[in-house]
Order: sequence, then C-alpha cells, then structure tokens
Amino acid sequence: MTDSRPVIEIQNLAKAFGYLPVLKKINLTIQRGQFVALLGPNGSGKSTLLRLICGLSKPTVGTISVGGWSIPGEAEAIRAQIGFVSHKALLYNNLTAQENLAFYTRLYHLQNSASRIDLLLGQVGLSKRAHSLVRTFSRGMQQRLSIARALLHEPHVLLFDEPFTGLDQDAAVVLDNLLLEAYAEGHTILMTTHQLERAARLANRIVILSRGTIAYDSTDPLDALQLSTLYAEKTGAANAR
Amino acid sequence: MNTPFFSVVMAIIRKDLQAELRSRELVATMLLFALLSVLAFSFALELDRLAREEVVSGVLWVTVIFASLLGLNRSMSIERENDSIDAMLLTPIPRSAIFVGKLVGNYLFTATVGIALLPLMTILYNINMLNLWVIATLLLGTLGICITGTLLAAMTVQTRAREALLPIVMLPVVLPILLAAVKATTGIINNAPVSDWQTWPQVLLIVDIIYLVLCLLMFSYVIEE
Repeated sequence: MTDSRPVIEIQNLAKAFGYLPVLKKINLTIQRGQFVALLGPNGSGKSTLLRLICGLSKPTVGTISVGGWSIPGEAEAIRAQIGFVSHKALLYNNLTAQENLAFYTRLYHLQNSASRIDLLLGQVGLSKRAHSLVRTFSRGMQQRLSIARALLHEPHVLLFDEPFTGLDQDAAVVLDNLLLEAYAEGHTILMTTHQLERAARLANRIVILSRGTIAYDSTDPLDALQLSTLYAEKTGAANAR
Repeated sequence: MNTPFFSVVMAIIRKDLQAELRSRELVATMLLFALLSVLAFSFALELDRLAREEVVSGVLWVTVIFASLLGLNRSMSIERENDSIDAMLLTPIPRSAIFVGKLVGNYLFTATVGIALLPLMTILYNINMLNLWVIATLLLGTLGICITGTLLAAMTVQTRAREALLPIVMLPVVLPILLAAVKATTGIINNAPVSDWQTWPQVLLIVDIIYLVLCLLMFSYVIEE
C-alpha cells in the first residue's frame, strides 16, 4: 500500500503561541499511502501540527512540504492536495448537504460537480438526505458529510483531527469503514485520536507526541494493550483506551 | 491553481443568499431593529417640522449603523459556527475574494434595510426621503459601513466579547462616513442648494475607495493566524 516517496516532510518545526512553546523541533516524514495515527495527551500539539500541515497556521520556525510544495510560499498548491476533517463539522447549518458540497465544488472550481456530489453522498450513505438541512443531521451524519466535503477535490492527503469525538458506537464504526476505504484507495492519512484501540487497529504507523516533541514513532504492529502500555510509558499519562 | 476570483465571490454571495433566504435571520433582525429604532426616535422627538428636518438624517444614519452592526456580527458568526471558515480557508482561493464575497452579501442585506427605512421615515416624520440623491447617498454610506464592518467583524468574531467589541472598534472608524452621510442627507432633504452639499457624496466615494483598498490589503492578515 505504501511507497517510499515522502508525501509530507517536516523539518525542525517549532510553533509557539506568544511565549508558550507548543511544538519543539519536530522532524517527521510520512510516505505516500501510509495511515499514521498521531497520539498524545491534550495540549501535546497534535491539532496544532495538523493545522500547520494544512496551512491554517504558520510555523514559528522550520519547514513543511506536502507533495513537494512548501508552506507558506506554495500554500495554495498544498491546499489543493489536502482534505481536512476536524472534530467540528466545518459545514453550514442552514444549507442542505447537497448545497454545502456544491458550495465547496465552486470554491475548488471542480467540473462535473453534480455527479461528484452524488457519488460522494452515496459513498458516505447520505444520498437520501441530500436535500435535508445540515442542522437536522446527527453528529455522525455531519461527520460523514464532512468526510465527503474533504474528499470532493480528490486530495492525496487526508488529515483527521479527532474525528471520533462525540460519535456513538454505530457512527464510529461507519467512520472506521470510511477511513479504511479511503486508505484502500491510496490516500495518505494522518489522524489524531485519543482512542488507542482504534489507532492500533486502523493505522500502520504510530506517532506519539508528548510535550511538543515526538516521543515515539514506529511502524511496528502493536495491539491495543501494547499500545496502551507504550502510551503510558511515553507520555506519563494514564491510557486513553 | 487558484480558483478564479469572481467565481469565488459569486459562490460566497450565492451561499449567503441561500442561507439567508432559508433562515431570514439577518435581514429580519436588522429590519425589526431599524423599525423599532425609527419608531422610538419618532416618539422621542415629538418636535416641530423644522426641528425634525434638522435631526431626521441623523436618525436615519444612526439607525442604519446600529442595524448594520447586528447584521455584520451575525454574518461573520455564521462563518465561525462549526469552524466552516477553516474549510473555506483550506480551499485554493484568494483571501481577498472571501472579503469581497462577504462584503457584497453584507451590503445587499444592509442596503435593503436602509432603503426600506426611507418610505417608513417619510410617513413617520412627514419629510420626503424618497429622493434619488438620498438613495445614492444611502448606498454610498452603507457601502463604506459594510467595507469597514466586514473587516472588523472578521477580527472581532474571533474574540469572546464579539458582540460588544465590534461597535467599540467600528464606530470610531465609520465616523468620517457618518459625518459625510449626515451632511449630505441633511442638505438634500432640506432642499439646500446643490453647491452646499455636493462635496459630501464625493467625500463618501473617496472614503469608500480608501477603506476598500486598505481592507482588501489587510483581510488576509486578519482572517489567517
């Protein structure tokens, strides 16, 4: 599934908010087709790292390149390659599912947008609710629509920032399957989560952030118990399983 | 690689109109506020006709500015709900196009409310406000208010005290617009000689252009971290 070409390269990355350092000297290379789970306690810098990679935030020092393009100079080229799903829906409540996706197809200047929207709504199981307002959707449905939005422009890289937050068990299983489908289609996935069992099952590489630095980075397969022990050891925190 | 500027502007205007037609929360709130405000002034200023002629343009502009504050705050809050502004910022679009798209949407809503006030004030104050020059002045003044308001609302919406903060930062900035608009409107409705007030619409136009250029340049710094 993976090949050796790096798709995300981060070198000597640091980020501080005022005098508060959040990330310190991060070096990370992610190969095309990898599914990376980024773990760490609250405040360890996971979400900040994702926002830096997709250009929503600017690094204090260091460089980030995605698909050979660098931030911030070539941010627009990078944005065209990235799909971002957050624990927030990033959708408009007063628009229908179809209208939300249509709006983003216009921003991405996509051709054949109607067929693309139909296809994606079918993939995430929302065809029957295409003309329902997003404000009437459950949290799980909003998250599925959010994934459809992130996939609209066929990005190479998918960033998921705690996508399971607030989902019930059924919705989480649906999201699991969508993530595995995206991975099987060859997308490179970087996902932050607090759910260690899920990370061990879905990802083929585990990165643990602790106090703004990478405390662990390996492609060794781990089961949930091993990962839980490792997580506690590396972060000094109780496991989040 | 970038989506064309005007495609983005049209997409944002269309999205804002779709959402507003469905919810009617922006124009309805602004219109209701404006109506109540004009009525309150009408009762408070039970004056003779001459006195009313002196104050009616002030009533119009103060009402328009405060109604616009309501709309501008809400318009930007919609972008912050669910962090949908982040999804927009993740697309390969020029930041200035977001500003122009939001500005046009805000302008359409605010100008609609302003123009709706004119027949109402004509009836309540018994002064003819339905004059092409009054409408032109209203459109120019409202444009200036929306230009500065769109930028400042994008700034203040990121803060916790957004509702309180926008008026505090916006009112000093729109003072030149308020001054020119009130002077022009007073001259027009009092049938003063054109030479007495013709400078003020020109001042409004120049202030609008200056604010537009400055806001276009600053918007990307405001909207991004």
